[in-house]
Amino acid sequence: MLELQGLTRRFGTVTAVDAVSLAVPDGQMVGIVGRSGAGKSTLLRMVNRLTEPSAGRVLWDGRDITALRGRALRDWRADCAMIFQQFNLVQRLDVLTNVLIGRLNRRRGPLAGLTGLLGLFTAEERARALGLLDRFGLAEAALQRAETLSGGQQQRVAICRALMQEPKVILADEPIASLDPANAEAVMQALRQANREQGLTVLCNLHQIEVARAHCDRILGLRQGRVVFDGPPAALDAEREEAIFGDTAPAAPGPSGPARAPAPPGAALVR
Amino acid sequence: MTAAASAVARGEAAFRAARRRKRSAALLGAAILLGCFLLSAWIAEADPATLRAGLPRIGEYFRRILPTLRWEVLFAGTGTEGSLAFWFYRLDSWALLLWETAQMAALATLTGFAAAALLAFPAARNLAPGPLAYHLARRSLEGLRTVPDLVIALILVWAFGVGPLAGILAIALHSTGALGKLFAEAIENADLGPWEGVRAAGGSWAQACRFAVLPQVLPNLLSYGLLRFEINLRSASVIGFVGAGGIGEELYTAIASNYYEEVSAIVLLIILAVACVDLLSERVRHRVIGAMEGAR
Repeated sequence: MLELQGLTRRFGTVTAVDAVSLAVPDGQMVGIVGRSGAGKSTLLRMVNRLTEPSAGRVLWDGRDITALRGRALRDWRADCAMIFQQFNLVQRLDVLTNVLIGRLNRRRGPLAGLTGLLGLFTAEERARALGLLDRFGLAEAALQRAETLSGGQQQRVAICRALMQEPKVILADEPIASLDPANAEAVMQALRQANREQGLTVLCNLHQIEVARAHCDRILGLRQGRVVFDGPPAALDAEREEAIFGDTAPAAPGPSGPARAPAPPGAALVR
Repeated sequence: MTAAASAVARGEAAFRAARRRKRSAALLGAAILLGCFLLSAWIAEADPATLRAGLPRIGEYFRRILPTLRWEVLFAGTGTEGSLAFWFYRLDSWALLLWETAQMAALATLTGFAAAALLAFPAARNLAPGPLAYHLARRSLEGLRTVPDLVIALILVWAFGVGPLAGILAIALHSTGALGKLFAEAIENADLGPWEGVRAAGGSWAQACRFAVLPQVLPNLLSYGLLRFEINLRSASVIGFVGAGGIGEELYTAIASNYYEEVSAIVLLIILAVACVDLLSERVRHRVIGAMEGAR
């Protein structure tokens, strides 16, 4: 079970995520919705510590994730795969190698570091990667550079990379925001499939409420870093939707109030 | 006045004020620059009169090193004064020395390239694993870059004795510093999305450097490396002045002993060699970049 306890992140004087507490049972698909700058990305990035929390804890099966360092932290990151809005593939590398990057952390043994750096992957690893690519209809593109693929294809490669990690959790940060509707639907189906068939916990940031309704077991509404809704899609009526997205907010900052800008990419970059 | 017209008037006034500010700032900057220029000229005793007096003497030196060639015997043997063969009477040993010089430059460039590639990652502000590693890498690159290779060579000749090894090491060390800074800057311009992708997949710092950043910057690094090879060939041609191998020693002897015709012959050979490498590496560079950019 994934637990967040009073998770908070401040950027200067702005509180991007404000004391979020949450318990997600294994195998649940949670859609996190809210306006731009509501703190969705920051919340997700604190789970795998691409962004460090200012306060609060993340627990996985009772283990304190926020205290992990070095090897243990990297192992945790491999356990909770992340999918990005901009895919974050290595454009100049071929699709197969991009998927195999999901395997880097799983290699063990005295020479693992060296062979990993040299890009020497085993035949089994390649077979796994090709199998995944085939599942998403991308086996033919395995030796093409990632940059030659369309956005929808790239996001599916990113999902293959994520599944290659054999994760327990998938963190999807606006996975469909850069895609056309058809590709968006395909990507959401793929996430739902991983969730149903492999029992993975999925946390998915979305700003289209309809998509969250259609695909998620549970919806979390964020506004100015605080949870303003938490429940099944059916419980999200028009009034509650207004509380998440509406212009008249409880304690909304005035025109001169601080803009709750999301962290610019790379601003709190992990070293 | 309508609201739109007043908005236009206000915008125009703001624009004019901004332009005035920019212009006066530019004028002030130019005045300060001119002052600095005159001051440094005065301190460095860069006197126009000395310049006028010395200029003709440069031409005189060039007239002296010009060979006396005679049309009738231009293609005669080594023994005939006024022939090309007489001018280049030691072409065989010079060619050998030039070859050695090119080898020195190649080895030094390769070594410097490898060392710079290793140091550049911790020296890139966006990737440095911590302030200590960053400053260590940056400062050591600066140190290597600041000391001219001729000075490093002097020290190394003292340590390793006269010969090309000292020259190779000296140029390699200097190249490490020079290339490392360029590499670090190329890395700082890399897109960090893939970096986050690899880190989020549990990859280590070194793995993220290798898989997320290296593929992006490699064409740049190779291009800088080839450029450095040309520079190093020039360096290797003069590093022999301090006994560190290559054709420089021969050139130095010729200059010091006032063997004017030999000076022009050797300099001409070096210019030819550098031009060849220039042409060649330009082609290789475009090929390498083309191959990497291609396959789309």
